[in-house]
Amino acid sequence: MAAEVEAATAVCEAGEVGTATSVPEAGEVGTATAALEAADMVTARTEPEVGEVGTAMALSEAGKVGKARKVGIEIEQVERDSDGARNNRNNNRSQPQTRNGRRTAVEDDSEEEEEDEAPKPRRGNRKKLAKAQDSDEESEDEQPNRKTNKKGENQKHKEEPNNKEKQTDKKGKGKDKDKDDSKDKKKKKKKDSSSSSSSSSSSSDDDDSMSEGEMAKLMEEVEEKKKLVSNMRNKPWRMKRRLAALKEAQSFVEKFEGALGKGKGRRLFAYKKWIKFQRDFDNFKTSCIPWERKIKEVESHFGSSVASYFIFLRWMYGMNLVLFGITFGLVVIPEVLMGLPYGSIPRKTVPRAEQAKAMDFSTLWDFDGYCKYSVLFYGYYNDQRTIGLLKFRLPLAYLMVGIGTFGYSLMVVIRTMASNANESGGDGEDSDFLFCWKMFTSWDYLIGNSETADNKFASITTSFKEGIVDEEENQKDENIHLRRFLRVLANFLIVCSLGGSGYLIYFVVKRSQDFATRDNLGWYEKNEVEIVMSLLGLVCPPLFESIAELEEYHPRIALKWQLGRIFALFLGNLYTFLFALFDEVNQKLAVEESIKNATTWATHMHYANFTGNTSATPPPIDPADPSYGEFDISGNVLGLVFNQGMIWMGAFYAPGLVGINVLRLLTSMYYQSWAVMSSNVPHERIFKASRSSNFYMGLLLLILFLSLLPVVYTIMTLPPSFDCGPFSGKSKMFDIIMETIELDFPAFIGNIFSYVANPGLIIPAVLLMVLAIYYLNAVSKAYENSNLELKKKMQMQRDEEKNRRNNQDSTNSIMKDLEDLLPIMSGGGNSTAPENKASTNKNDLPKTPKGADKQGGASRNGGRVNPEKEVSLAAQNPRIAVTRPPGPRPPGPLPGNPQLTVPGQRGRGPPQRVGRGQPRH
Amino acid sequence: MDYTNDPDCKVPIQLIINMPELMENPFKERIVESFSEAGDGNLSFNDFVDMFSVLSEMAPRELKAIYAFKIYDFNTDNFICKSDLEQTLNKLTREELTPEEVNLVCEKVIEEADLDGDGKLAFADFENMISRAPDFLSTFHIRI
Repeated sequence: MAAEVEAATAVCEAGEVGTATSVPEAGEVGTATAALEAADMVTARTEPEVGEVGTAMALSEAGKVGKARKVGIEIEQVERDSDGARNNRNNNRSQPQTRNGRRTAVEDDSEEEEEDEAPKPRRGNRKKLAKAQDSDEESEDEQPNRKTNKKGENQKHKEEPNNKEKQTDKKGKGKDKDKDDSKDKKKKKKKDSSSSSSSSSSSSDDDDSMSEGEMAKLMEEVEEKKKLVSNMRNKPWRMKRRLAALKEAQSFVEKFEGALGKGKGRRLFAYKKWIKFQRDFDNFKTSCIPWERKIKEVESHFGSSVASYFIFLRWMYGMNLVLFGITFGLVVIPEVLMGLPYGSIPRKTVPRAEQAKAMDFSTLWDFDGYCKYSVLFYGYYNDQRTIGLLKFRLPLAYLMVGIGTFGYSLMVVIRTMASNANESGGDGEDSDFLFCWKMFTSWDYLIGNSETADNKFASITTSFKEGIVDEEENQKDENIHLRRFLRVLANFLIVCSLGGSGYLIYFVVKRSQDFATRDNLGWYEKNEVEIVMSLLGLVCPPLFESIAELEEYHPRIALKWQLGRIFALFLGNLYTFLFALFDEVNQKLAVEESIKNATTWATHMHYANFTGNTSATPPPIDPADPSYGEFDISGNVLGLVFNQGMIWMGAFYAPGLVGINVLRLLTSMYYQSWAVMSSNVPHERIFKASRSSNFYMGLLLLILFLSLLPVVYTIMTLPPSFDCGPFSGKSKMFDIIMETIELDFPAFIGNIFSYVANPGLIIPAVLLMVLAIYYLNAVSKAYENSNLELKKKMQMQRDEEKNRRNNQDSTNSIMKDLEDLLPIMSGGGNSTAPENKASTNKNDLPKTPKGADKQGGASRNGGRVNPEKEVSLAAQNPRIAVTRPPGPRPPGPLPGNPQLTVPGQRGRGPPQRVGRGQPRH
Repeated sequence: MDYTNDPDCKVPIQLIINMPELMENPFKERIVESFSEAGDGNLSFNDFVDMFSVLSEMAPRELKAIYAFKIYDFNTDNFICKSDLEQTLNKLTREELTPEEVNLVCEKVIEEADLDGDGKLAFADFENMISRAPDFLSTFHIRI
C-alpha cells in the first residue's frame, strides 16, 4: 500500500510540476521520448502487468500529499541535471506503472493519457473527478469513439508529464526494492486477472462529459462492487470464476476506497473465533448431559418411544439427586456429625433381644437390625432442639426438609410439564414438510465415525418407520361403527376386569383378617394376599394388552391407554388393600386406645412403604427376556412411577430412602440401557413418542399427590410417637414451627404468622388464586384458538398457492408458451409482472414483442451501461420498467376488456386471466 | 502429482471420498461429483476449495441449498424426480425399508414439496422446502 501511494504521489507531483515548471523541461521532449522508448524496451517484461489499480483513488489520496510536497519537488527538479537523470529515468520508468497496478502493453498509451489528464482537474474537485474517470473506464464500451478522439487530442501533451514523472520518481528510489517485489507478485497474478484487465483499459475521458446522473451511477456501482466482494461467498460460482470476479471487483473498489476491508477482516476473524467458541461451548454443554450418548444409541435402534423411557429415567435421577442433596445435607449429615452417637440413648441402640442377629446379612437386607437403628430411619433421631456447636435445629430442619421434598417435587414436575407443553405448542410435529425434512436434512454431514454413522443410519431408518406408521394411521378410514363398537367393548371388558381384581383383593384381605384370628394356617393361607396381588399384577397387563388390540389405536395412543389402565389397576389394588388394612388398623385402634399403637402404625407404615418399594423394584430390572421380547415401555414407566411414589411416601420417615433410590436409579440406568441393547428387539411398529413426555409426568403428578396425602395426614393430625423421632414429646409435629417462631424470632413475626393463618385471610387468598387460574385458563384457550386459526389460514394459503401454480401450468399453456417467447417475463420477479404480461398478451398479441423487447433490453442491461444514459438509469430500478404499461398499446381498450384501461384494476389479474385463458384452447 | 509445476492436476474421486470427513457419508460420491467441474468426480484444487467452502459453517443457506439440490439430483436433470428420491432414501436407510415403504415415502415427499404439480421437485420447490427446515444448516456442513 505504501508503495502505491508513493507511486501515486509521484504521479501527482509530476503532473503538478509539469504544469508549473514546464519551461525548463520543454527542451527535453525529444530526449524524453527516446528515454521512454528505451524504457519500453528495458521494461518490456514488466509492462504487461502494469494495471489500473493505482489510478484514480491513489490519485485523489495522493493529491493532498502532493500539494504538501510540491514546493520541495520543484526545487529538486530544477536542481537536477537532466542528463544524469536520464539513466535514472530509464531505470525508474517501470516503477510508476507497476505501482499503478496491472495493465497490458497495449494500454500503455492510455495510462500516459490518464496521467496527463489527472493534474488538470486536480485543482477542482479532485475526488469527484477521480470517480468520474473511473466510471468512464467502466463505460468504455459505449464510448469508444470519444475516447479515441481524446486520445488524439492529448497525444501532443503526452511526453511532458511523463518526463516529470520520471524525475520525481527518482526520489522514491529508496522504495525500489518494494516495488520490484510487488512487480513479481503482480506478474504471477496476471494470469488470473487477464479477464479483468481487459475491461480496465484507459480512464482517459475528460471530466467535461460527466453528468450528475453518471456520478450517482458510479457511486452506485462502487457500492455494488463492494457488495459483490462481501457477498462473494454467496454466489453459486465455480472457484475460478469467483477468483476472477473477486479480483476485478477488488481492484475496482481499491481505486476509490484503498485497501478493502482490513478492519472487516479482523472483524471476520473475531466472528469466526466467536463461532468456534460457541461451538466448543455447545459441545461442552452436550457432553455435560449424562448418558446422552447411551440414550441416543438406544433411540437410534428402538425409536423415540423407548428412548423416552430412558429420558424419563434420567430426569427422575436428576430430581432424586436434588432430593438426596437436600435430605442428606440438612438432616443426615448434621445428625451424623453433631448428633448423639450410636448407643447413647435407647432409641439409638439395637435392643438386646435382637442384638444376636442384628448384623446378619439377611437382617440387614431387610433393613432390620443395625440398619433399622441408624440415621436412615426416623426413629433414630432425637428431640434435642439444637445439636452441636452450631446450634443446628435438627427437628425443625427435619420437618422443613420433609415439606421441602414435596414442595420441590411438585414444583419440578409442574414446571417440566409446563415447559413440555410449551415445546409441543411450538412448531414441528404437524409440519408441512415432515418427510421432506427427514429425507433431506436428517443425515448429519459432520459424522465421520463409523459407529456413529451406523447409529445414524439406524435412527434415520427408525424415524422413517415412525413417520410411515403415523402416515398409515392418517390414511386409515374403515368401518367407523365397527371400530367404535370394538372400542366400547374393549373398555367395558377392561372396566370389568379392574372391578373384578379390586373385589378379589378386598375379598382376600377380609379373609386374611379371619385367618389372622385362627391358628394352624397353611403356607397358602398365610401368604394369600401377596400371592393374589402379584398374580393380578402378572396377569392383568398382558390381558389389557390383548384387549387393546381390538381397538386398533395408533401405537402411541395405545401406549397411553395401556399405561392408564395398568396404572388404574395398580392404584385400585393398592387402595383397596389400604382400605382393607385401615379397617384392620381401626379395629386394633379401637381395641387398644394408646399412643404406642400410633407409633407402631407409623413405623409399620414406613416399613410397608419400603417393602413396597423394594418389591416394586424387580419388574423394571427384569426386561431381559430369553425370547428377545420387545422393550416393555408401559411396565417400566409404571414401575418407575410407582417406585417414585413409594419414595415420596417413605422419604419423610426414612431419610435414607432417597439415597438408596438414587443408587437404584443409577444402576437401573446402566443395567437397562445395556439390557435393552443386548436382549431386546425393536418394536414391530416403531412409533414416535409424543414430543412431550407429559403423560408420564401426569402419572407422576398423580402419584405424587396420592403419596402426599397420607404423609401430610400423619404430619398434621397424628401425634408423633413419644419415644422416638425428632418430634417426640410434641403433641403435633408442626408444633416445632410454632416453637421456633416463639423462641427464635421477634414477637411481631409471630403476630404476622397468626394473622396470616387467619381463615379470613386464607379464604380470600384461595379464592383469588382460583380466579387467577380461571382467568389464565381462559386466556390460554383464546390463544390456542387463534393459533389454530392461523394454522388453518396458513394451510389454506399453501393450498391456494399450489392450486394457482397448477392452474398456471396445466390450463394456461398458451400463456406459458408466450412467456417462453418473451424474455422479460422470465426475468420478472415481481408479482405484477405476470399479470401485465398476461393481459397484454391477450389484448394485443402482435404488439407485445416490441414493448417487451424494450423492457427486456432494459432489464438485461441493468448491470452494464447502455447507449443512452437515460435508459441505463431507468434500468437501475427494474420495477419501474415492469410496472409501466408494457409496451406501446393502442390508447383505446379492445372491446372485450374494458377493465384493463383502469390501472387500478390491473391487480386483479390472475382470476380473470385464468377464466379467460381457458376457453381459448 | 506436482501442483507447483502443473496446477491443473486433479485428485481422483477415490482419494477424495476416502478422506475421513466424507468416508461415512452416504452421498459422498454425489458430493464430489457435484463439485467437480467436469462432473466426473475428479477434483481440481479450485473444486476442492469450492466444496469445503460451501460445506463450511460460514456459507449462507441459499448457497448450501443450491449445492444440496445438486447433490440430491442423482441423474443431473435439474429436477429431483422420484428415482432420485428413491436413491436418496435407500442410501439414507441402507435399503432397510421395503419397496412399498420407499414408494410411500417418496410419494409423500413429492406431495409435500411439489408446488407446481409436475411430479418432481424443481429447484424452486426444493429451496422453498429447505429454507424452512430447522436442521438444514446444522447438518449440511463439514468441519475440517
